[in-house]
Amino acid sequence: MSTNEYPLHRDDPPGFGRTSRRTQLAGRVFTWLAGGALALNIVMISGLLILLAYMGMGYFWPKTIQQYELTDGTRLWGELHDRETIRDLARGSEADGESMRISVRQATREVYGSEDFRWIPESEIANTSRPDDLVALERRSNGVFYGRLIGLTKDGTTVDATGDALWYDFEEEIEAKFREGEAIDDFEHDEIAGPTDALVRAKRDRDRLLMNQANGDDVRERLSTLDQEIERLNRRGEELSTELRSKREEWERSTATFETATGAEITLPVATILDALRPNRAGFFEKLGIYVSHLWGFIWDAPRESNTEGGIFPAIFGTVLMVFLMTFAVTPLGVLAALYLREYAKEGFVVRVVRIAVNNLAGVPSIVFGLFGLGFFVYLIGGSLDSLLFSDSLPNPTFGTGGVLWAALTLALLTVPVVIVATEEGLAAVPKIVRQGSLALGATKFETTWKVVLPAAGPGILTGVILAIARAAGEVAPLMIVGMVKLADVPVDGEFPFLHLERKFMHLGFHIYDVGFQSPNVDATKPLVYATALLLVLLVTAMNLVAIAVRNHLRRKYASSAV
Amino acid sequence: MLSDNHESEGVEAKSQTERTEPNMPDESLYQAGRGDRKPRQQPRSPSAICVPPDPIVSIRKLSLFYGAKQALFDISMEIPKRKITALIGPSGCGKSTLLRCVNRLNDLIDGVRIDGQIQFEGTSINEPTLDINMLRKRIGMVFQKSNPFPKSIRENIAFGPRIHGINDKATLDEIVEKSLRRAALWDEVKDRLGESALGMSGGQQQRLCIARAIAVEPEVILFDEPCSALDPVATSKIEDLMEELKQDYTLLVVTHNMQQASRVSDYTAFFYLGKLIEYAQTEDLFTRPKMKQTEDYISGRFG
Ligand SMILES: Nc1ncnc2c1ncn2[C@@H]1O[C@H](COP(=O)(O)OP(=O)(O)OP(=O)(O)O)[C@@H](O)[C@H]1O
Ligand SMILES: [Mg+2]
Repeated sequence: MSTNEYPLHRDDPPGFGRTSRRTQLAGRVFTWLAGGALALNIVMISGLLILLAYMGMGYFWPKTIQQYELTDGTRLWGELHDRETIRDLARGSEADGESMRISVRQATREVYGSEDFRWIPESEIANTSRPDDLVALERRSNGVFYGRLIGLTKDGTTVDATGDALWYDFEEEIEAKFREGEAIDDFEHDEIAGPTDALVRAKRDRDRLLMNQANGDDVRERLSTLDQEIERLNRRGEELSTELRSKREEWERSTATFETATGAEITLPVATILDALRPNRAGFFEKLGIYVSHLWGFIWDAPRESNTEGGIFPAIFGTVLMVFLMTFAVTPLGVLAALYLREYAKEGFVVRVVRIAVNNLAGVPSIVFGLFGLGFFVYLIGGSLDSLLFSDSLPNPTFGTGGVLWAALTLALLTVPVVIVATEEGLAAVPKIVRQGSLALGATKFETTWKVVLPAAGPGILTGVILAIARAAGEVAPLMIVGMVKLADVPVDGEFPFLHLERKFMHLGFHIYDVGFQSPNVDATKPLVYATALLLVLLVTAMNLVAIAVRNHLRRKYASSAV
Repeated sequence: MLSDNHESEGVEAKSQTERTEPNMPDESLYQAGRGDRKPRQQPRSPSAICVPPDPIVSIRKLSLFYGAKQALFDISMEIPKRKITALIGPSGCGKSTLLRCVNRLNDLIDGVRIDGQIQFEGTSINEPTLDINMLRKRIGMVFQKSNPFPKSIRENIAFGPRIHGINDKATLDEIVEKSLRRAALWDEVKDRLGESALGMSGGQQQRLCIARAIAVEPEVILFDEPCSALDPVATSKIEDLMEELKQDYTLLVVTHNMQQASRVSDYTAFFYLGKLIEYAQTEDLFTRPKMKQTEDYISGRFG
C-alpha cells in the first residue's frame, strides 16, 4: 500500500498534505526571531546594569595620589582623572598618538580656587611619583584637600610628634572632634529648641492678648506675667547661645597644618575634617575597608556641598517612604474599585465606559497627574486642612504645600488603573463554581467575596501592586510639583508624630538629575550619578522582590490544582 | 422563615408502599407524564408518580423559565426524609435546574422566573422574607465538579461553621475531624490539614466537598452528579458514603449512572424534557417501569 500521498520524511517526494518547506521555514524563522528579541532585551538590560555598576562603583575605591613634577618646575598633587589624545586643531588631524594629555583632580581649593581639575599635556611632565605620606582629606565643606601633614595642635597645645605618631594622634583627634560635633548638634536640638519654641509661643500669645485689649478686655495682669515670661525666655536663650558659641569655639580650636603641593602651609581646624586617608600607603585590604566604609557612607549619610558629596540617605528614605505610602493608598483603592466593578456593578454600558476610562487613565502623561495633585491634594485638601487644623501657623502652610503624603497620593492615582485591571483579572479567574460552593454553604455574598474570592484573587492583586510599585518608584516628573525637593532632611524626628508626612522629601530619581546636570562640578559628580542610578534600580528591584516573594508565598499556599 | 426541625417520627414505621395523594389532581400528573410529542403514549397504571411517606421537601406545580425558555414544567413531587432520592434523565432535561431550585441557587442567574412552590418542612422557601443563608445552611449541596476553596484543607471545612458563628478553635478542630471522618477522608489527610486543598486528587477533593457540606450540619444534601468525574474506586467510596449519610440526612442525588441510581437510592424520579415522567421506589422503577419512556431510558433504548 502506498503512503505517497502523505509522505512522512522530508526527503520523500512532495505529495498532498505535505507540510510545505515554506511553512517549516517560517516556523523556524519565527522561533529565531522570538528568541533573538528576548536575547536582545536581556543584553540591553544587563548592559545597562553593568554600565551603571562599572561607572558608579569605582568611585568609592580610594585612588592613589600622584605627584607630578612639571618641566616648568611646579609640582602638583592629585588623582589621575582622565587621559586623552590632544587634537591638533592646526593640522586638523589627530596627532601621532604620542601627544596625550591627562586630567588631574587637584582639588585643594585653598590653593587652586575653584579649579578642581586641570589638564596637563604629558609632554610637560618631567617626573611622576607617589610619595606615601600624601594625605587626602574629606571635609565638611570646600571639597577634597591633598597635602602632607606637618603639624597638629590639640586645643591650643602643639603636639610634639612626627611621622606615624603624629598621624595617629591626628586620626584620634578627628574621631574625637567628630563626636564632639555630634554632641554639639544634640545640644542644639535638645536644649535650645525647647526654649526657642516656648518663646515663639509666648510672643504669639502676647500678640493675641494685645488684640483682645484692643477689643476692650482687661488683660494687664496676664500681659505682665507674659512679659516676664518672655523676658525670662530671652535671657535663657541668650545664655544658651553663649554656651553654644563657646562650645563651637572650643570645638574648632584643634588645628592641623599641611604642606601643599605648591609648598604653601595651610592650617585647618580638625573639626572641619571628616576623614583622612593616606591612600598611597594602604594595602589592598585596607583599601577594601575604606571602599566599604565609603559605600556605607554613601548609602547612610546625608548629602553635603549641594549634593555633590556625602551620601544619599534622605533620597533613599524619601523614595522608599513615598512608594510605601503609595502602596498603602493604591492597594485598597484599586482593589475596592475593582471589586465593585467586577462583583457588584451590573455589567452594562456604564461599567464598560468606566472600564475604558480607567484604562485610558493609565495613558495620561504623568505630569498631568502632578498638576491634578497640586490642585486637588495640595491646594484644596491641604489648604482646607490648614485652615481647619493648623490655622495658628497660617499664612505658613502645613499641609497646604507639597509633601510626601500628597506625592504618594498623586502617584497612587497614577498607578491605580494598573491595580484595578490586575485585580479585575484576578477576580475573573476565580471560578463561578467556587463562589457557588461558598453561597451553597449559607455564606452571604459579602462573606463569599471577602473570604473566598478575594484571597483567591490575591496573587493577581499582588501582580498589580508589583507593577504599580515599579511604575511609581521610577516616576519623577509629577513629583516635582507636589513636594519633591533638591535637598531635605529625612522627615523623621523626635517631635510628635515623629514621621512628618506633610514635609518635603528627596527622591533618588530627582537626585540623579540634580547631581548629574545641576551641580557646579558635573565632571566630579558623574560617578555619583551612576552609583545613584544603580542604587535606584536595585531599590526598585528589592521592593519588587518583596512583593513577588509575598505573591509566591500565596501561590504556594494555594497551589493550583492538578485536577 | 423556616420552622424548626421536626423530630422525625419513625420513618421505618410508616408503610413502605406507595400511596396516591388523594387531593392531587390526577389530570395534571398525567399531563406532565404524557408529553406532547408522543400522544400515543399511555400510562400503564393510573399514577406513575408516587407520594412517599414523611416528606421533608415538597415540590408543588413547579415551573421554571430561563428568560423566555421554559426549563421545568409543572413538577410535583415529595422528597422523603432520610432516604436517598435519585433524579435521572437525559442530559438537559432539567435535573440540575430542579436541584438548584431547592436551595435557591438559581437566584444567582439573571432572568430566572419560577411558578409554583417548594416547601421545606412545611415552610414555603420562595417567600421574600426567607432567610436564604439559613436555608442554604440547612440544605447543603455537592456540585458536579469538585470546587474546594483555594485554602487549606482545614480551612475548607471550617469555613462553613465559622460563617455560622463558631469561632472556638477546639470546636472547629472537632468539627473538622468529625466531618472528614464521616466523609471517609480523615485517614488520608490527617497529616496535611494545613496544606492546600487544591493539591488533592479529584476523588479526595469531591469527598472534601462532601465533608464541607456536612460540617454545617444540614438536613438535606443535594448531590449534582457527584461522581461524574471520578474513577470506579472513588465512585464506590462516595456511594458507600451516601449510604452511610442516609442515617442522618436526606439525600437528593442527580446521576447519569443507572447502576448507581439503582444501587444507592430508595426512590427514583425520571425526567424528560423538563417534565417529571415517573417517580417510584427505585426497585419498582427499574424492574416495573410504568411509562414507556422510562422503560426506554433505563434499558438504554432511548433515542
Ligand atoms: N443559566 C441558564 N440559562 C439558560 N438556560 C439554561 C441555564 N441553565 C440551564 N439551562 C437550560 O435548562 C435546561 C435544563 O438544564 P439542566 O442544567 O437543568 O439540565 P440537566 O438535566 O442537569 O443536564 P445534565 O445532565 O447535562 O447536567 C437545558 O435545556 C439548559 O439549556
Ligand atoms: Mg446537570
